[in-house]
Amino acid sequence: MELTPVDATGRLRVSGVCTVATAPASTVRARRLLRDSGHTQIVVDLSGLTQLDTVGAVWLRRLPTLAPPRIRDVSLVDLPASLSAFASTVQGATAAPPRVAADPDPGFLDRIGERAYADVSAIMSFLYLASDLTWASVVALVRRRGIRPGAFIEQATLVGADGVAIVAVIMFLIGGVSTLQAAAQLRQFGANVLVADLLAIGITRELGPLMAAIMVAGRSGSSFAAEISTMKFTEELDALRTMALNPLHFVAVPKMWAMLLTVPMLTVMANFIGLAGGTATGVLSLDISPATFINRVQNALLLKDVITGLVKSFSFAWIITIVSVHRGLQFRGGAAGVGRATTAAVVSAIFSIIVLDLVWGLLFYLR
Amino acid sequence: MTSPAMAGKVVAVRDLQVAYAEDAPPVLDGVTLAVDRGDVTCIVGGSGCGKSTLLKAIIGLVPPRAGLVQLLGESLYELAEDNRDSLLQRVGVMFQYGAMLGSLTVGENVGLALQMHTSAEPGLVQDVVDAWLERVGLAGSANRMPSELSGGMRKRAALARAMALEPEILFCDEPGAGLDPITAAGIDRLLLTLNERQATTLIVVTHELLSIERLDGRLVMLDGGRVIYDGTAQEARVAARSDLELFFHPR
Repeated sequence: MELTPVDATGRLRVSGVCTVATAPASTVRARRLLRDSGHTQIVVDLSGLTQLDTVGAVWLRRLPTLAPPRIRDVSLVDLPASLSAFASTVQGATAAPPRVAADPDPGFLDRIGERAYADVSAIMSFLYLASDLTWASVVALVRRRGIRPGAFIEQATLVGADGVAIVAVIMFLIGGVSTLQAAAQLRQFGANVLVADLLAIGITRELGPLMAAIMVAGRSGSSFAAEISTMKFTEELDALRTMALNPLHFVAVPKMWAMLLTVPMLTVMANFIGLAGGTATGVLSLDISPATFINRVQNALLLKDVITGLVKSFSFAWIITIVSVHRGLQFRGGAAGVGRATTAAVVSAIFSIIVLDLVWGLLFYLR
Repeated sequence: MTSPAMAGKVVAVRDLQVAYAEDAPPVLDGVTLAVDRGDVTCIVGGSGCGKSTLLKAIIGLVPPRAGLVQLLGESLYELAEDNRDSLLQRVGVMFQYGAMLGSLTVGENVGLALQMHTSAEPGLVQDVVDAWLERVGLAGSANRMPSELSGGMRKRAALARAMALEPEILFCDEPGAGLDPITAAGIDRLLLTLNERQATTLIVVTHELLSIERLDGRLVMLDGGRVIYDGTAQEARVAARSDLELFFHPR
């Protein structure tokens, strides 16, 4: 396709083949020729065109929009009769689209306001869900209406029993690694044996609850979000509503119960396995006898440490469920939306766990 | 307030306006519709005309921006949750793609409403499920998962689930969409049987001409979110109106 510079009468000639192969590549030149012309009105002469396809026709239609604002009018004329029949089948191809003034770029304060409004709305919807789901879970303990019998056992199996192996393996390894790291520092002071104290407190207060929760967030939080977003996508949540069943109660309450019961149980197990991993590493590589190690652990541990860990794990279970269900319900779009909801659930749940951990840390240990 | 024309109707919609966002243009704009008990009503129109939205607004899934929606004489959106649940137990909905709960078996899906809303013992629920599955041609499928069913089977299972509580009104969203003509005809026959033998009011959203012909009921045509025709299918077919002609005799 050939574009001849705008002549003295304000005429721009477009000739040759105007198709998908030529038109898109001519945009830059067309824009430059229009910009360089000194006219305020341009007539685009199409009489030299020999071939046109849909992309070419739409490109011609958009040609006026390439003109700078000082050019008030760009009109397309003299399209050969042999091409005009085709052009008329491309809706509006021969008529220039209105040159709508672009929306003014929102100012800095506008953008901050919009963002703040969106964030506050998101926080409000999260808080609403958190209170609704928590209350529904409490009420459902005495009034089971809307909860399918057996759903709790199914969920507890998925969250708890099916998560035992991975939590155990990870905690055994973490116990071992923590022992080695602690020993590397304490050895410098000849205090190898204090590894057991450090491990006992570190695992029961922090690592046990934290790692169990993170593993559950990765396994079950993602699964909750994926399940709920898919149910939304396939209208299953709507179907529940039309069957006079509250989707939140039917789907989320058994999950909440399962999480509140099994995450603390997994945490207790994680504590034992973590200590076992630490003991094994201490015995095998630090020349501490099993009896000494266990004795030190028993002496170092206070009931407060264990209870603190369990309180944390209970709160982690709560936040993982709320965040995952919220992300699932926020789902928009198709299959990609399910993926986004799942990823967001895991990221948000882990972030929330860490924040809650810090809050508990401040409450329990700040003096 | 209910006007005299709306009184006694199982579904009454007046000046309904629905939009999916606060600042979005309305999908339904000023729709008025009243359905008598036992009637067969087909809501038809081209893609995107607002048929499914109208159905969802009537069954409580899309709150209206303005207008009145009454279901079985009650203003659905103004009811307390318990009353609303009681009302919804009197209607059945068959969704476009079945919307079977993927984590439950077909039998559990069909028996869910019975299990949750009645005191029926498990044996009775199972027998009712078997009876319904046999009626829709899915005998022996109770223990299969929805994912193991074909599109047509899933819709028939969804029909059985929708009918499990013997609803007074059955809403169907595109019952024949995506199905072969024989399966689609089978579903239409099932719907008509329910209407004839149990006096179930049928409200069917569809754009399938054959389905409209088979159901042969009242026709409500939407275009651009408004009702453009309300009458019988036979009259619509011969009406000298270009919009109806385009729908019934597309060239």
